Amino acid sequence: MKVRAPEAPKSFPALVLLAFAVLWMALVILLPLVNVLAEAFKQGVQPYLSSIVQPDALSAIRLTLLVAGIAVPLNAVFGIAAAWCFTRFDFPLKGLLLSILDLPFTISPVISGIVWVLLFGAHGWFGAFLQAHDIKIIYALPGLVIATILVTLPFVARELIPLMQDQGTDEEVAAVTLGASGWDVFFRVTLPNIKWALTYGVLLCTARAMGEFGAVSVVSGHIRGLTNTLPLHIEVLYNEYDSVGAFAAATLLAGLALVTLVLKSLLEWRFADELAAHRRH
Amino acid sequence: MTDRTTLSRRWLLKGAAATGLAGQALSLVACGNTGKATATTLLNVSYDPTREFYVAYNKLFAATAESPVTVNQSHGGSGKQTTAVIEGLEADVVSLALAHDIDAIAEKGLIAADWATRLPYNSTPYYSTIVFLVRKGNPKAIKDWSDLVKPGVGVITPNPKTSGGARWNYLAAYGWALKANAGDTAKADAYIEQLYRNVPVLDTGARGSTTTFVQRGQGDVLLAWENEALLALKDSAAEGFEVVYPSWSIRAEPPVAVVDKNVEKKGTKELATAYLEGLFSDEAQKLVAEYHYRPANPEIGKGFTDKFPTLPLLSVDTDFGGWKKAHADFFAAGAAFDKLQARINK
Repeated sequence: MKVRAPEAPKSFPALVLLAFAVLWMALVILLPLVNVLAEAFKQGVQPYLSSIVQPDALSAIRLTLLVAGIAVPLNAVFGIAAAWCFTRFDFPLKGLLLSILDLPFTISPVISGIVWVLLFGAHGWFGAFLQAHDIKIIYALPGLVIATILVTLPFVARELIPLMQDQGTDEEVAAVTLGASGWDVFFRVTLPNIKWALTYGVLLCTARAMGEFGAVSVVSGHIRGLTNTLPLHIEVLYNEYDSVGAFAAATLLAGLALVTLVLKSLLEWRFADELAAHRRH
Repeated sequence: MTDRTTLSRRWLLKGAAATGLAGQALSLVACGNTGKATATTLLNVSYDPTREFYVAYNKLFAATAESPVTVNQSHGGSGKQTTAVIEGLEADVVSLALAHDIDAIAEKGLIAADWATRLPYNSTPYYSTIVFLVRKGNPKAIKDWSDLVKPGVGVITPNPKTSGGARWNYLAAYGWALKANAGDTAKADAYIEQLYRNVPVLDTGARGSTTTFVQRGQGDVLLAWENEALLALKDSAAEGFEVVYPSWSIRAEPPVAVVDKNVEKKGTKELATAYLEGLFSDEAQKLVAEYHYRPANPEIGKGFTDKFPTLPLLSVDTDFGGWKKAHADFFAAGAAFDKLQARINK
């Protein structure tokens, strides 16, 4: 089948559709972004900067990066392992397990938070045990991390599974036939084949982990300077009539997301050939 | 072979980055632990509108304390905060919107049942009342509770199921209706139902409602804590709002208590007690007034009569038989407010 290259729209309906798409994008993506920037700098650069270097804001940034820094690598390892299992082996109830993997996509993040309170809260299943051993999970860093892990669980696996299914096992089987050990196969055949999808999954996972609000809101305890992540910090500031502070923090969050996006685009641009080669698989 | 070297170099880089991150993570965790282990950190779990007051009071307390002390704050709807403390949020002290919420924590064994008697003025360092915040010039001419049920008046109040302030609002409105109708509960019920029919947005907390009214411009009148209304007035002077005092309101008392079980575990009992006792000092009582709460100490209150007009106030204890009864009558599952909502949503 011959694929037709895209061309500039000529017909009237095509132009109308294009204009609509551009306008819609501007309306729902660009306008809010511009609004965030405008509100953040409403009183000038100085108030913007001073609200960002507040101790509470800095601690929120640190906490957000820390939570993402723990949750994302764990989910990356899990995602690779899960994708490997799902695409390389056949086992009973595979379909069911795959659907369960998608649960975090479909359930509300608030529920992803509440389940941990029901498990690890003082009156939860493990509450008495945790209290007896003075282990804090809910309303502390571990709670934030597990809530984030649950919400971002499928991102890496879901990127890898279709690709690895497409690629099949031919190259790996060949490597094994030629005498490669298990780890050799993984590092020299499998990983190079999936690295782009993996990078993409990790970036998506990171963006979501840093921006998550609902689940972490339930398990955070909202202690300023201690358990408020950046999205929670924004809510606090907004509720304190500090709109410059709130929007300044929002620009940071948007900035982190933009950095992620630029990183992804740069990688795509730099390795466009390789990427295209893998897509053709 | 070149392929392999580039690959491994990339891996090295990734590995280095990961190690750096992990190292940072460990050091941060370590910092967090040492911070919590020392007995000079307190956690005050409070309700919504006290944010600004406690920022100021914490400074005052830190300045008078013998050794350096950090007080962390957590704010949210009073009911939500109560649940968090019950579920294990390790508050040294709670400062909630109504006694019933502290009672709920006491029922779980975290606070001694006699908490209210441990500090002066029923453990209530400040009180407030419920007032109306209206838009500049009062275009809908809202003067008293009777004006809230007129057609076309949008009333903003939070949900009494989750917000302490909203419960005070409800009781103030209902209490007025009883007075106005010579104790006829059927008429008071009809009034309160009509009132909630005029509510377009039920936020979960008092601060949420204030933002809805002030920042998002919803509704014609906000039922608010007097302190919240005065704060909104001060923070958004340019937009223009007015406070209206109704003919009757309620004495809204947000109490404080040391969470016994948590302070015993953390060894912060003395510090936490000193923190709450400090709220009753003359200096703190003046700060209370500065942040728009009415000081519990009547002597200090005398200096602020201009700021806080005198008006007749209902009391939960004498007019509604105490919080336990008021909660069972109005806010418990299946009680008056649930029935009212079911009728409105029909």
